[in-house]
Amino acid sequence: MSTIATADTGHHDATKEHGHGEHHHPELGFLQRWVFSTDHKVIGLQYAVTGLSFLFFGFLLMLVMRWQLASPGQPVPMVGAFLRSVFGQTVMTDAGALTAAGYNVFGAMHGTIMVFFGIVPVAVAGFGNFVVPLQIGAPDMAFPKLNMASFWCFFTSCVIMTGSFFVPGSAAKSGWTAYPPLAGIADLEGGNIWLNGQTIWLIAMVFNITGSLLGSINFITTIIQLRAPGLTWMRLPFFVWAQFVTAFLLVLAFPPLEAAGFMQLTDRVLGTSFFMPTGLMIGQSVAQTWSGGGSPILWQHLFWFLAHPEVYVLILPAIGIVSEVVANNTRKPLHGYKAMVYSVFVLGFLSFIVWAHHMYMTGMGAKVAAFFQVTTIMISVPSVILLTSLLMSLWGGSIRFNTPMLFATAFLPMFGLGGLTGIPLAFNAVDLFLHDTYYVIGHFHYVVAPGTIFGLFAGVYFWYPKVTGRKMSEFLGHVHFWGSLITINGIFFPMFLQGMAGVHRRWYDGGVTYEQLAGPVLHWNMVMTVSAGLLALFQLVFIWNFFTSWKLGQKVGRNPWDATTLDWDTPTPPPHGNFDKPLMVYRGPYEYSVPGHPTDFIPQTEKV
Amino acid sequence: MSNLISKYFPLFTDKEVPHTVQARPDTGLYSAKLGIWLFLASEVMLFGGLFSAYIFLRIGAEPGYWPSGLLNVPVGTMNTAILIISSVTVVFAWAALKMRQLGKYRLYMLITILCGAIFLTVKLSYEWPAKFNHFGVFIKKESASKYEAFLGNKHLEVTGQNPRWEITGHLLDAPKGSSYAHQAEHNAEHFAHETGRHDAVTPAEDDYVIQVDAVNANPSDKDNDRPHFWPRETSTTLAVINAKDVESASVFAPRHSTYFATYFLITGLHGLHVLGGILVFLYLWLPFPGGTGLYKTNPEHLANRVEIAGLFWHFVDLVWIFVFPIFYLL
Repeated sequence: MSTIATADTGHHDATKEHGHGEHHHPELGFLQRWVFSTDHKVIGLQYAVTGLSFLFFGFLLMLVMRWQLASPGQPVPMVGAFLRSVFGQTVMTDAGALTAAGYNVFGAMHGTIMVFFGIVPVAVAGFGNFVVPLQIGAPDMAFPKLNMASFWCFFTSCVIMTGSFFVPGSAAKSGWTAYPPLAGIADLEGGNIWLNGQTIWLIAMVFNITGSLLGSINFITTIIQLRAPGLTWMRLPFFVWAQFVTAFLLVLAFPPLEAAGFMQLTDRVLGTSFFMPTGLMIGQSVAQTWSGGGSPILWQHLFWFLAHPEVYVLILPAIGIVSEVVANNTRKPLHGYKAMVYSVFVLGFLSFIVWAHHMYMTGMGAKVAAFFQVTTIMISVPSVILLTSLLMSLWGGSIRFNTPMLFATAFLPMFGLGGLTGIPLAFNAVDLFLHDTYYVIGHFHYVVAPGTIFGLFAGVYFWYPKVTGRKMSEFLGHVHFWGSLITINGIFFPMFLQGMAGVHRRWYDGGVTYEQLAGPVLHWNMVMTVSAGLLALFQLVFIWNFFTSWKLGQKVGRNPWDATTLDWDTPTPPPHGNFDKPLMVYRGPYEYSVPGHPTDFIPQTEKV
Repeated sequence: MSNLISKYFPLFTDKEVPHTVQARPDTGLYSAKLGIWLFLASEVMLFGGLFSAYIFLRIGAEPGYWPSGLLNVPVGTMNTAILIISSVTVVFAWAALKMRQLGKYRLYMLITILCGAIFLTVKLSYEWPAKFNHFGVFIKKESASKYEAFLGNKHLEVTGQNPRWEITGHLLDAPKGSSYAHQAEHNAEHFAHETGRHDAVTPAEDDYVIQVDAVNANPSDKDNDRPHFWPRETSTTLAVINAKDVESASVFAPRHSTYFATYFLITGLHGLHVLGGILVFLYLWLPFPGGTGLYKTNPEHLANRVEIAGLFWHFVDLVWIFVFPIFYLL
C-alpha cells in the first residue's frame, strides 16, 4: 500500500496530469480561463491576489500614518510629492505631509480595507475557495456561477471603494466603524450627496456584503452536499470545519450591517433620521436637515452585531490553516480534534451574544454590561481549547521547521498574546479606562496581524506548491519570517505601554499636544514607525519570492509535504474538475505516524 | 438559443456538479434547496435587522412622535390577500409540473406573476403617491396651546393617551421659498374647484395652510381616538400655522419621521424582493432554455427551480405578513 502513496509524489505524475487537465478544456481562452471563470480554484486565486494587493495597500496607508505619528507635520520622505499628486490637497499638504483630514481618511480606509477587502477575501474566499472543495473531494463548488457572481460583486466593491479616494473631499473619514452622527453628516455640507467619501463607502459596503453572503451560502452548501463518499463529518479536515462555521457567521451576521448600511445611506441621501437624534447640534445651531427621533446607538448595535462575529471570521480560517500546517509538520494527529470541532461551534454561537462589549462607553447600565461581560469571558473558553489543542499537538512531535511551520508556530504565542490582552477589556470597569486607547489597538492587532496574517502566510507557503507546482524559496521564506516576526512585535508591543499610559487611538500628532500625559511613552512612536518601515522591506522579500517562485521554484509532485488530506491527492496543479480518479475516503484527516505502518502518513483515500 | 449562448459564453456549459437535480441520499436535498434556505436565513437576518430598528426606534420615540393611522388599511388588506393568493398559486404551479401538466403550470404561474404585478402596481402607483401628497406639520411644544383646537391635547390628557403634536392633511399654502409651493398651489386649485372657496391662500408669507384630516378637524371626538379601518374624507376645515411655531414640516416621505423612514425603507426593500420574484417567475414561465425550455429535456430540474423560487416567494409573503400589522394596524 505504501508504494502507491510514495509513487504518487513523483514528478512524472505531475507532468502527466498537467496534460490530462489540458485535454479536457483546450478551447478556453485567457478571458474564460482566468477572468470570467467559474472554476473554484481560479476564483480562489482571484480573491487571494486581489485581497493580498489590498492588504499591502492598507499596510502602506498605515505606514504614512505611522510616519505622521513619529514626525508630526513633517513631509513624508521620498514619496511625499507623489502622494500629494495622487491623493490631492484634502489628504496631503503641498509640502507632502499628511493633513488632519488625510489622517482620518487613511485611518478609516486602513481599517475598512484590512478587514473587508484584505483579510476576509484572502482567508475566507481565497483559501476557502481553493482548498475546501479539494479537501472534501468535490469537483467544484455547489454553485459555480454563483461563485463567479460573488467574486464580481466583491470586485465591484473594490473598484468603488478605491475610486472613493478620488471624489471631492476624498474617501470616508469617520472610522471603519462609521459611527453616526459623525458619519451621518460627514462631507454633506455644500457637497454632492452622492459623490462623497462616506456615501460611496456605504454603497461599496453593500456590494461587498452581498458578495460575501453569496459566497458563504455556497460554502455551506458545498460542504454539506459535495463531500466525497466516506468523508463523514468527523473525517473532515479541521480547516473545513473552520470555514464551515465562518460561513455561518457571515450568513447570519452580515445582513444586519447591510440593513444598517441602507439606513445610513437613506439618512444621507433621503434625509431620514434613523441614526440622527432629535436636536442634533452642528456647529452653533440645531440641524434642520433631519426630523430627528433617531438613535446613534442603534447603529452601534447593528454594526457590532456584525463586527464582533466578524472578528471570528478573521481568526477562524487562520486557525484552520494553522491546524493543517501543524498536524502535517509535527507528523502526528491534531490533539483533541473532536474537542476543537465542538469548540469552534460553541465559539461561533457565543460570538453572536458578545457584541455590546464594544459599547460599554454608551452607558448601557450595569445589568446589561454584566450580561455581556459574562458572555465575553465565556467565549474565551472555546478559544483557549483551540489554542491549547494546537500547543499540545506540538508536544512530542518530530517537528519539521519549514517556512509554513515557522509561521504556524509563531501564530500560537502571537494569537495567545492578542487573546490574553483582550481579557481585561472584557470587564466593564477596566474597559472604561482602556477604551479607545492604543491598548485596544495593540490587542486586536496582535490577533489579526501576527495572528491571522501569519496564519495566512503559513497557508500561502503551504498551498503554493499545489497551486503552481513549485515550492517557494525556503531561504527567502526564512528571511521573511524572522524579519516579520521581530519587526511586527516592534510595532504592536509598545502600543500596550502607550495605551496603559492613556494615549488615545485617534490623536493625529502621536500625542505631542498631550505631552504631559503622553510624554513618558512618546519615544515609542519612533520605535514603532521604524519597525513598520522595516516590516515593509521584509514584505518585499515575500513579494519577490511569490512571483519568482512561480517560474523558478523547485518543482514538486502531487504531495510534496507527505500530507494525508484529499487536497494532496489531486494532480499538481489540479485540473478542472480536480480529481483524476474516483474517490473513496477510509479514514480521518490526520493519520500521521501510525505505529506499524511503513510510511509516517496514511492518505485518507488509502484502504489498509 | 442555448447553442448561441454557449458559443459566446462557454462558461455556461461548464461541467456538471453533482446533486444539482438529484437529491444527495444522506441529506435528502438537492443543492439549490439547501442554498435557498440558507439565503432565506440571511434574509431573515436582513429584515430582522430592519424590524429591530423599528422596535428600537418606536420604543425610543418621544410620546406623540410615532404616528399611527396614516396608512390605508383596506388597500393594505387587499394587497395582503393578493400576496397570499399568489403564494397558493405558485404551489399549484409547482404541483402541476410535478404531475407533468405543462398547461396548468403555465396558467398558475401566470396568475402568480399577475398577483405580484398587481401588488406592486397598487403600492407604487396608488399607496406611495398618496402619501407623497399628504402633509404633516409638527408643532413646537411651547406653541401647542395656540393650536389646541386641532391637537386636542386636553382631551387626550384626560383620557390618558399620548399627546398629539402633529397636524396632518393636504397642504394648500406654504411659506415663501418652501419646496412644497408647487404641490400647495395644485392642492389649492383642487380645493377651490371642489368647494368653491378661495380662502385657502393667505397673503401672509410665513404661514402653512392645511386642509386638515378628520382627526385634526375634531380632535376631542372620542371616535377619533383610534385609527379607522375605512379612511376618512379630509375635512374642509383649514388650519393656518405660522412657520415660527413649526418644529418640522414634511410630506409623508421618508424624511417626515422615523416612522415613515422605516415604512418606506422596509416596504421599498420588500417591493424590490417582489420585483425580483416576478422577474424570476417570468424567466421560468417564458420559453428560455432555463425556463419552460427545460421542460422537454429535464422537467424535474424545472420543477426544482419553481420550488426554490416558490420558497423565496413564500418568504416575501411572510415578510409582508409582518409589515402589514406593524405599520398599518399598530
